[in-house]
Amino acid sequence: MIDKTVKNVQEACDGIEDGMTIMLGGFGLCGIPENSIAELVKKEVKDLTCISNNAGVDNFGLGLLLQKKQIKKMISSYVGENAEFERQLLSGELEVELIPQGTLATRCMAAGYGMPAIYTPAGVGTEIGEGKEVRNFKGKDYLLEYAFDADFAIVKAWKGDKAGNLIFRSTARNFNPVMAMAGKITIAEVEELVEIGELNPDEIHTPGIYVHRIFQGEHYEKRIEQRTVRPKN
Amino acid sequence: MALSKEQIAQRIAKEIKNNSYVNLGIGIPTLVANYIPEGVNVVLQSENGLLGMGPFPFEGSEDPDLINAGKQTITTLPGSAVFDSALSFGMIRAQKVDLTILGAMEVSENGDIANWKIPGKMVKGMGGAMDLVASAKNIIVAMQQVNKSGESKLLPECTLPLTGVKCIKKIVTELGVYEILPEGGFQLLERAPGVSVDEIRTATAGKLIADENIPEMVF
Repeated sequence: MIDKTVKNVQEACDGIEDGMTIMLGGFGLCGIPENSIAELVKKEVKDLTCISNNAGVDNFGLGLLLQKKQIKKMISSYVGENAEFERQLLSGELEVELIPQGTLATRCMAAGYGMPAIYTPAGVGTEIGEGKEVRNFKGKDYLLEYAFDADFAIVKAWKGDKAGNLIFRSTARNFNPVMAMAGKITIAEVEELVEIGELNPDEIHTPGIYVHRIFQGEHYEKRIEQRTVRPKN
Repeated sequence: MALSKEQIAQRIAKEIKNNSYVNLGIGIPTLVANYIPEGVNVVLQSENGLLGMGPFPFEGSEDPDLINAGKQTITTLPGSAVFDSALSFGMIRAQKVDLTILGAMEVSENGDIANWKIPGKMVKGMGGAMDLVASAKNIIVAMQQVNKSGESKLLPECTLPLTGVKCIKKIVTELGVYEILPEGGFQLLERAPGVSVDEIRTATAGKLIADENIPEMVF
């Protein structure tokens, strides 16, 4: 087996430079690579293009990078919970490309499957379809959408082994497996890093071949955006 | 009396067939889960990657790794399944999900829907809505027919940027239940209790088709 472990988050994020395109897993604040985001803030890399379903909240997740104005462009599907984001967007400081969520996921998947593009009906006849190639299959129109081309993908998994095999937990899986497949270099931070042989091959979600660097993260905060509960009787 | 949000949700719940997979959008559609009739077996799909969504957790047992598409803490039910976002939209695109219920800011008489952007004012994004409306075989819209300034949101043509084209077939508002006809137009199927067809006509900017004797909704 090939050992993919790196010492720490600094080594994991080595080579991330100004102007690069980076994918980050997570849905809202669920399943985001907290350690790596903190490291990007510390590294002060800027002019980043970030591909991520959401943009965090004002003081957590990608919101931390937005606060420091390290992001030049966001490619996302929903950015509703971030006032700083909205301010930067309306003032023109931040470039934003909003795309349908399924298109976002499938453009990641295409990259990981080695396919240059996909056809999807999402956005046909709307401003999302403007300027894009439309093709009709069996009487229905589809848009041509290209696979993403990201310098780095940064994902968060529950467990991983030193060979880079990953297992995700519950809905913290979301975009993480498809983004893990899509980076030129993929960084995985995990809650628990185990020895090679400790994970059941039948239970691996992302095979280690897609992962270049893996490390065990620290102090996961796992903030909840909408705490909804029912009372105990 | 115009319906409350809860009553809109309650009326929509009657449309759900037994043994179906259903995706509920944010807002009024989320409330539909509270009114699914006894004996109707429904599997709720949450597009962040879950089939078999259960109720909110009991206080103290919230799991930050387990949320729905509205980012609310939830639970799973026996038999539920978790998957990644690409697979989630795969099953939506492949029409495995039987019914989609979502909110709207505007619907036009030919079934166009707008619900993701108000240029210059609100920039939140479309999330999964464009994928859902482009692929779902059955979509019900839950919405307020008249906005705060008294303007109708059932229009000849949408004025806001579109989410999808000619995709909506059924709408439930505070005033009535409508079907969009293939040739265009809002066919009134039911009225809210005590609301007259004339009141509904005033609140519908697009083409309204109303036969005689439109029944009132029963709760």
